[in-house]
Amino acid sequence: MAEPLLELRNLRKNYGALVVTDDVSLSVLPGELHAIIGPNGAGKTTLIHQISGMLPSNSGQILFSGEDITDLSMPQRVDRGLARSFQITSILPGFSALENVALAVQARSGSSFRFFGNAAQEKDLNGPAMECLGEVGLAARAHIPAGLLSHGEKRQLELAIGLATAPKLLLLDEPLAGTGHDESQRVVETLRRLKSRLTIMLIEHDMEAVFSLADRVSVLVYGRVIATDTPERIRANPDVRAAYLGEEEMV
Amino acid sequence: MTEIAETHPAPAPSLGTRLEVIPVMLFAAFAAAPLLATFSGAEGYVLSLLTRVMIFGIAAMALDLILGYGALVSFGHAAFLGLGGYAVGILASHGFEDALIQIPVALLASAAFAFVTGAISLRTKGVYFIMITLAFGQMVYFLATSLAPYGGDDGMTLASRSLIAGSGWLENDFTFYWFCLLCLFGAYALSRSIVASRFGRVLRGTRENAVRMEAIGFRPFRFQLAAYVISGMMAGLAGCLLANQAEFVSPSFMTWQRSGELIFMVVLGGLGSLHGAIIGAAAFLLLEEFLPEILHTVSFFLSEETRAHLAENWKMVFGPLLILVVLFVRGGIMGLLRRPHHG
Repeated sequence: MAEPLLELRNLRKNYGALVVTDDVSLSVLPGELHAIIGPNGAGKTTLIHQISGMLPSNSGQILFSGEDITDLSMPQRVDRGLARSFQITSILPGFSALENVALAVQARSGSSFRFFGNAAQEKDLNGPAMECLGEVGLAARAHIPAGLLSHGEKRQLELAIGLATAPKLLLLDEPLAGTGHDESQRVVETLRRLKSRLTIMLIEHDMEAVFSLADRVSVLVYGRVIATDTPERIRANPDVRAAYLGEEEMV
Repeated sequence: MTEIAETHPAPAPSLGTRLEVIPVMLFAAFAAAPLLATFSGAEGYVLSLLTRVMIFGIAAMALDLILGYGALVSFGHAAFLGLGGYAVGILASHGFEDALIQIPVALLASAAFAFVTGAISLRTKGVYFIMITLAFGQMVYFLATSLAPYGGDDGMTLASRSLIAGSGWLENDFTFYWFCLLCLFGAYALSRSIVASRFGRVLRGTRENAVRMEAIGFRPFRFQLAAYVISGMMAGLAGCLLANQAEFVSPSFMTWQRSGELIFMVVLGGLGSLHGAIIGAAAFLLLEEFLPEILHTVSFFLSEETRAHLAENWKMVFGPLLILVVLFVRGGIMGLLRRPHHG
C-alpha cells in the first residue's frame, strides 16, 4: 500500500479526567475519501480540531506527508496542504462570496504585506476564486455578501474556501449539517466530483451520504477507534452495530 | 435583498463611487476655508481652530484604521500624540529645530513604541486589550510628567515652530494650515490604499472572523501588529503637528481622557470609513468650541441668568448629545449622510 498522507499515532486529548480522544491511531491514504462516523459525543469534531491544529494534543503524533506536524500552528499546517471546514459555518459574513474565496487564494499566492493596489480587482486572485466557486456551483452568487447566502449555500461556500487553499487533504466537519434534502444532494454531488482528485477526510452523520461516498470508514466511539474498514464490512461489523444500537438506525 | 443583488452583479464599485462625493467635498471645504477665513475678520482664530480639526482628524483616522477596520479598541492612542509632540519639543530644546529631523524621529519613536506595546497588547483580546493599551498610555503619561528637564507636569513652550530645511515657513499660519492639510490628505490617501490592499483585506477579514483567517493560512497577529504600528506612526505625526500648532507640549497631550476623545470622534463620525473619522473629529471639536454659544442662542426664551448658566455648563449638554448620537444614529454621522441613498 502507498505511504499514508495523514497518519495519527496514539493521539490523545483529555480535559482533566474526561478523555475525549483516546489513543487514536489511523491513517488516511492518498486519494481516498476516509469517513469518520460515530455517535454524538464520540469526539469526532475534537479529532478534526486536533488534526487541523486548533486544539493541541496531550500526547501522540500527527504525521502529514511523512512530516511530524504535531507542534505546528494551524496556519503552518494550511501551508503544508491541510484545509478544513467547520461544523458550525465559519465564513466572513460581510465579504462577498467571491472575496471569501479570493482571500483563501491570496493566502497562498505571494505576500499579503502589500499596501497598495486594490485587492478586490486582482485578476490573479479572482480568477482561481471563481473557478472554486464554479466547482461548488456558486458562481452565480459570487457577488452576494456571504452573510446573505442560504444555509446550504454557506456550506458550499465553506467547501469552496477549503478548495481555494489548494489542499492535499481536505478535512470536512459535517458538510451536510443542517442542509435540506436538495441542498445536501448538491453537496454530495460536489464531493463525489472532488474525491477523484483530492484526499478527503469526512465527518458526517448522514449515513446514506457516508456509505455512498467513502472508500473507507472509521468508527469512533467514546474517543476510541473501534473499527476501520470498507463501508460494506463496517455495515456488517457487530461492534459497530452494538455501538449504534439505540442511537441511530444503521442504513 | 437578494433579488436586488442579482440584478446588480457587482454592487460594490457603484456604492464606492457614490460615496466618494463625501471625501471630495470634505477636502474641498478644507481647501476653501482659508479664503473664507480672510473674510471672516477673525482669521487667526478660524485658521487655528481648523488646523486643530485637521490634526485631530489625522489622529482619529489613525485610530479608525485599527478600530474600524481591525476592531482593535486602543484606549491609549493619545500616547502617540504625546510621543510626536515630545519628539518635537525635546529635539527643539537641544537645537534640532528642523522638521526634517523631528518628524522622522517622531515617526520612528512612535513605530518603536507601537511595535513593543502592540506585540504585548495584541496577545490579549476584548476588554483586556482595551485595558492594556490604556495602561501603556498611562505609562507614557506618567513618564512625561516626571521629565523634569522638559517641564514635567507643566510641559514646555516651544521657542518657535519647526523649520523646514532651515526656513521658517511654518511660522505663517496660512502655510502651516496648508502643511497640515497636505499631511491630512497624505494620511488619508495612504489609509485608503491600505484598506483596499491585500493587507487591508486580511485586516478586515480578521475583524470578521479570526479563526477562519487562520484556517485559510493567515497569521492574524502579524497583520494586526503591522496595522498597529502604521496607526501609531500616523498618530505620532499628528502629535508633531499639534505641538507646532500650540507651540507647546505637555503631558495633557496624552491623558486617558484624550484617548477616550479620539475613540469618541471615530464612533461619532462613523466607524470604518476613514473620512468619517475626520468628520467626527471636526464635529467633536467644533461642538466643543461653539456649543456654549449655540446653547445661549437657542435658549432665548429663558431668563438671562439661566442662559448664562446653561452656556457655562455646556458640557452637561455635550455629553448626553454625544451619547444620543451614538445610541440612535447607527454608523455615526457617516450613517446619517449615507441613509438617503438607501431609499
